[in-house]
Amino acid sequence: MTATLNSLTQIDSPVFQPERGFIVAMARDARLAARSKGEAIQALAFFVVVVSLFPLAIGPESALLKRIAPGVVWVAALLSVLLTLPRMFANDHADGTLEQLALSVYPLPTIVAGKIVAHWLMTGLPLAVLSPLLGLQFGLASGELAVLCVSLILGTPVLSMIGAIGAALTLGVRGGSILLALLVLPLYIPVLIFGAGAVEQAMVSIDFSANLSLLGAIVLLAGLAVPFAVAAALKISLD
Amino acid sequence: MAASSVSNSTQTAADTLRGSGLRLERGSRTIIDNISFGIASGQALILRGANGSGKTSLLRMLAGLTLPDAGVVLWNGEPLRALSATWRSVALYLGHNNALKDDFTAHENLADALSIDGISLEPSAQLEALEKVGLIDRRHVLARRLSQGQKRRIGLARLWLALSHAHHKPLWLLDEPTNALDSEGVLLFTELIGRHLGRGGIACIATHLALDIASRAKEMNLDSRIEVVR
Repeated sequence: MTATLNSLTQIDSPVFQPERGFIVAMARDARLAARSKGEAIQALAFFVVVVSLFPLAIGPESALLKRIAPGVVWVAALLSVLLTLPRMFANDHADGTLEQLALSVYPLPTIVAGKIVAHWLMTGLPLAVLSPLLGLQFGLASGELAVLCVSLILGTPVLSMIGAIGAALTLGVRGGSILLALLVLPLYIPVLIFGAGAVEQAMVSIDFSANLSLLGAIVLLAGLAVPFAVAAALKISLD
Repeated sequence: MAASSVSNSTQTAADTLRGSGLRLERGSRTIIDNISFGIASGQALILRGANGSGKTSLLRMLAGLTLPDAGVVLWNGEPLRALSATWRSVALYLGHNNALKDDFTAHENLADALSIDGISLEPSAQLEALEKVGLIDRRHVLARRLSQGQKRRIGLARLWLALSHAHHKPLWLLDEPTNALDSEGVLLFTELIGRHLGRGGIACIATHLALDIASRAKEMNLDSRIEVVR
């Protein structure tokens, strides 16, 4: 009896395959996002609307618009990502699956890493891809649009990562979403400075590669530390 | 028998779970005060007590989700390190919530739980489990449209598959597993627990029902041990 049952079972040795936890968590969140497309689309629509408000409010003075374009697009990106953060762990927390994830055979940091990458794929990446279209409204040249797009592709993963720490720390806290914004926005400042700075330097034809390199360095550094920090914060929130 | 059983240590080694002087405080309230117990392979600990008497807190503590303010949980004599790799391969926890995604169907929820547990199974085995717990006709229904009892039955399907898996987790921590289950579901649950204990497993179950496993169960009533500090 047991022999036949065991033959149906392919035994993974999950302890030795921690990267499977990353894939499992990422695929899971991607499938869930596909079921409720509204949430990702709402954040993207928010980004588009906020960026588009500025030309309407400031008027068609092209020199000024162009001057503020990098800052406006980047701040809108920060706010758009911020909107999606409270839901990062809250749904899993509410329905009890977060406990199952914490007790999964896979190490929690690998699962967290998968969730963060899924979050970036749903929010940061679409926003970065869309940004050149929005930059056109501000009269940016094609080279500057490319730098804007690249700076967002490099910078938005950091927004997801730092945001994940805040989301994990404020999990289950009443009024958590405002606390989350207060906690996370100051930490976004370096990314904002380097990201918007790269585009501004491109606009005045200065070498912008240093800023992009710094963004890349932040991504790598955060990528190493953040999954462990988030896992620790989640354990505290579950306690 | 002896020769073949050596290969699968988790099922034949005599495991023990002991709690010693466990204490949990939340604010000024002592939820769990000085609880000690010990159970070994093939035994179940049935937690009784009124609502709010700390059954869920104790189970979460045993799962490693909550750290005790005092006392220690010992697995085979070793202190439990909360959420360590070994512990996560020992304990199967079915919590108060059903841990289901509303946007997944019954079958997807089962597959999701299995993938989180690191168990990859043929779809046929998953369907067999859904058949066993009576959800085969409802397998394409979103979890949000399932009744409470049917949601609970997905948990039973997990237990059924856990029993058929070679890397059988030896410790089951079950929080009101029979909630909302009909009498047939309770029978099925009792059968699963019986098989688990028969294989040398250990179970801690918070429930109000009298389960038909009394010969292998120890009961602990948390009411008499509660001390409310105001």
